[in-house]
Amino acid sequence: MIKIKAKDVDVFYGKKQALFNISLDIEENQVTALIGPSGCGKSTFLRCLNRMNDVIDICSVKGEILINDFNINDKGCDVVRLREKIGMVFQKPNPFPKTLYENVSYGPTIHGIAQSKQEMDEIVETSLKKAALWEEVKDRLHEPGTGLSGGQQQRLCIARAISVRPEVILMDEPCSALDPIATAQIEELIDELKKEHTIIIVTHSMAQAARVSQNTGFFHLGQLIEHGSTDKIFKNPDNKKTQDYITGRFG
Amino acid sequence: MNLILFTFIVLLGFTSYYFGRKKAYTIQSTKKRLTALPQFYGYYLAIWCAIPAFIIFSLWAIFEPTIVKLLVLNDYSNQGYLDDELNLIYEKTKALSRGQFTGEITPFIEASAEKYLSLRSIAQSSKVVIVLSIIIASVAYAYKRISSNSRTREPVEKFLNAVLFTASLAAILTTVGIVFSLIFQTIDFFKVIPLFDFVFGTHWYPAKAFVRDSSEALDPSMYSDTFGAVPIFAGTFFIAFIAMCVAIPIGLMSGIYLAEYASSKVRQYAKPLIEILAGIPTVVYGFFAALTVGPFLKELGTSMGLEVSAESALAAGGVMGIMIIPFISSLSDDVITSVPQSLRDGSYAMGATKSETIKRVIFPAALPGIVGSILLGVSRAIGETMIVVMASGLAANLTLNPLESTSTITAQIVVILIGDQAFGDPKTQAAFALGMSLFLVTLCLNIVALRVVKKYREKYE
Repeated sequence: MIKIKAKDVDVFYGKKQALFNISLDIEENQVTALIGPSGCGKSTFLRCLNRMNDVIDICSVKGEILINDFNINDKGCDVVRLREKIGMVFQKPNPFPKTLYENVSYGPTIHGIAQSKQEMDEIVETSLKKAALWEEVKDRLHEPGTGLSGGQQQRLCIARAISVRPEVILMDEPCSALDPIATAQIEELIDELKKEHTIIIVTHSMAQAARVSQNTGFFHLGQLIEHGSTDKIFKNPDNKKTQDYITGRFG
Repeated sequence: MNLILFTFIVLLGFTSYYFGRKKAYTIQSTKKRLTALPQFYGYYLAIWCAIPAFIIFSLWAIFEPTIVKLLVLNDYSNQGYLDDELNLIYEKTKALSRGQFTGEITPFIEASAEKYLSLRSIAQSSKVVIVLSIIIASVAYAYKRISSNSRTREPVEKFLNAVLFTASLAAILTTVGIVFSLIFQTIDFFKVIPLFDFVFGTHWYPAKAFVRDSSEALDPSMYSDTFGAVPIFAGTFFIAFIAMCVAIPIGLMSGIYLAEYASSKVRQYAKPLIEILAGIPTVVYGFFAALTVGPFLKELGTSMGLEVSAESALAAGGVMGIMIIPFISSLSDDVITSVPQSLRDGSYAMGATKSETIKRVIFPAALPGIVGSILLGVSRAIGETMIVVMASGLAANLTLNPLESTSTITAQIVVILIGDQAFGDPKTQAAFALGMSLFLVTLCLNIVALRVVKKYREKYE
């Protein structure tokens, strides 16, 4: 089933066009990897999906992005509700300078999800459990989140993102600042999370894309060169550029 | 004379730099590799010129006056003069030699003055000769010594290190000196006025101390109920409190606006405009408070049936608050801007609005810096003098009514030290005691500020 449908998306930074005519369908409860060389626009595209580009003054987005058949670029779209539905995990772990508990309860608090302290405790616990962090931190929930290791911080950010039960989770190179062990843990986690969430991950690691994703889109110079099932893209791509990139001949 | 000599030495320094570098180039031209860049050879020679000159100048400055004095007063030894009288004679001699002596000129003093002048000129010319010969000798020695493999870079770097160290030492020693001068005078003050009376006395009336005839012996009992500092401490904190009530909300909010809401264009113009406020001399704020705000408040109060003094704590504190706004706004703008964008992104991506993000993420993260900027503002408010002197009156009333006039530590120091003062008088020493208390208060504030900042920093990193 199609969860997100992007149609002819153009993105401009000031006068410079960063994305050209991107049309891409994202399957529900699957992992879609976006790959491509640095500066190709894959992160920009990712940020279109929860309208994070709004934060950048000079950035303007054109085209349609349908999530559950609703165009999020419409004037009537409530960004606060949209971002509740579409969570995001960033390249560098960015826990808030607050306690672990406050980090995870942040989303439920601002969206008024929990009715009582008890309910909030449950949300925090389930989110941390789903993020495979609970066992490591259950005794120090009220210590600062910034005191964790890099891998733990990133899992905390994932717990924060899933605390509001988003339908989609966007991950912008979530493992690029982590060591191989932490990366393996996150990848395992992604596999687990796709049961309940649709995941879109931007990655620089070909191996990671092959390991975690079912679908892959290849971006180059602001254009979507090719997309399809990960198997096909990696084993038998239609486009010469995709072939070259995947085999490491450029990028 | 000294100026000419000094200029000459500076020129000599440049010349030795030139020659040092030239020699280095000469060595280089013989295809030998130097141990340092040619400039270092130049600097090396210039240092060999500067250090001996500096040493001789300082030695001269220390010993010349003493030796000349000894030689002049030698004529008066064995005549049974007391030390004080000898000093007086010497002062007269110096005054006469400058032609500024107005008393009766005795032959003795005339002779001494002549001797003084001749000694001075001998000293001066011998200084010139000695300085120049030693400098030239040392530069020549160093010039001969430098070769392709002599070490010049290390001594030059060491010299620079020493110069920079001396500079920072000078700043620290000055602070220590100021503190010590405060301490000693304060101790003298508390020998006459009991500490208890100063700290807990509620009556401050230093004018009473003016009436003392300085020839009379000091009678501590007449100062009882004169130097009770409670009213002025209270006034200081009260006015600072009023100022912060104005400055913190406005400063903080404008800082947040500039950092988070203003477009880059607005920020570009608004920030310098706000900072202009910080550039206005405090005396201008002072007469703004005294001649505009004070009378305005008085009229406003009268029309509302309130009794308002023309010089009120409210006028002084309010204007002081306006003065402090740019410090708080500009500093908090800086600390808020320096909160990493990744935290904002994280919060926005969770669906937080701008104000939620500011309240829950950015403000806590920037808090140490904001607290620091507020405490800086407080210590400015406590140390501010001119506005209070001009706008809040000089009578030390013990009051918490912002419409009455009151006075502060700084304003009282001004009152005490304006006009004639005698050292060793309790009235003058009271100023030192006040200065000392002011220093202690701001010191404590700074320590608290550092603690707060450190505590939060540990928590948030």
